[in-house]
Amino acid sequence: MEQKDILEKLTQKHPGAIKGSMDRFGVLEIQVERAKIAEAVKTLRDDVELDFDMLIDLVSIDYSTFAGWTGDRFAVAYILKSLAKGHRIQLKVPVPEGEPAVPSISSLYANADWLEREAFDQMGVRFSGHPNLKRILNHHEFVGHALRKDYPITRRQWLSANESLMDEMEVRLKAKGWE
Amino acid sequence: MGMTGEGFPAITTRKDAVIAWGRKNSLWPMPFGTACCAIEFMGVVSSVFDISRFGAELVRFSPRQSDLLLVAGTVTFKQAPILKQIYEQMCEPKWVISMGVCASAGGFYNNYCTVQGIDQIIPVDVYISGCPPRPEAILEAVMKLQHKIDNPGQVPAAQFKAKEPTFDY
Repeated sequence: MEQKDILEKLTQKHPGAIKGSMDRFGVLEIQVERAKIAEAVKTLRDDVELDFDMLIDLVSIDYSTFAGWTGDRFAVAYILKSLAKGHRIQLKVPVPEGEPAVPSISSLYANADWLEREAFDQMGVRFSGHPNLKRILNHHEFVGHALRKDYPITRRQWLSANESLMDEMEVRLKAKGWE
Repeated sequence: MGMTGEGFPAITTRKDAVIAWGRKNSLWPMPFGTACCAIEFMGVVSSVFDISRFGAELVRFSPRQSDLLLVAGTVTFKQAPILKQIYEQMCEPKWVISMGVCASAGGFYNNYCTVQGIDQIIPVDVYISGCPPRPEAILEAVMKLQHKIDNPGQVPAAQFKAKEPTFDY
């Protein structure tokens, strides 16, 4: 399916959500409003012609040191690809500073769970509706968000004691029927 | 001679020497392999480089059954309490070899999550530099540790002293 057809179809289904689009090295990037991202991704996944069944990556971006930037401080970028059709697309959601919360797509793609946890851990972007939004790479006593531009990269923080991973394990055991 | 005679130190020094000989030739390593250095350790225990020549044959992945903790790889702050707990679970006498630059000094990870050297957490006997160190370097570290076990409290022997570099340019 052609890139512009994808954009057209998405704009038809979600008229207010699309804020703009641009071409990034042959891949179409669509700017989507923060509140509507989950619906837009659901359409992209479920529509028979669009058929984006793979979430390739979910990254968070900090624009605070970007020269000449006037928009929101953060952005979350989603890269989706269709296995059967072969096309790929990038979605970008601007996220303002303050209490930014992006609707989570972890119910749509299984890998979004950890990808969103990483975006939260490193950049501080919150995802509403996420089953277990806690740090994934840094330890639980870490204060701050490490990949923000204003976090000094060499500020180290000691951990006094590991936290148990039983919270995630218990959920999984319950899901499999082990009480 | 008796327990307080003049010749008694002769017996105890002989006893110490024999015990040290036994300990140095039966170092059972516990590989605390976190990263790429663990792969190099696998090369050392394999047939070509063969660490079992030095007695370090029984690689025990339990701290309670080993006496040499070989920290091979990067240790993050999340991993640090685990490393400390593993070290504390080992029985005396125990030794630690810090293998590779990540374990010795943080490696090239000068960032928010890497411990800049495991000697900030546990005492280290021998450091090996390299990324990863050659298997021969690991064997030399074992030899250095064996020398240290033979000569407790002494400065390392002259044969292991680094030569001053000469620069011709």
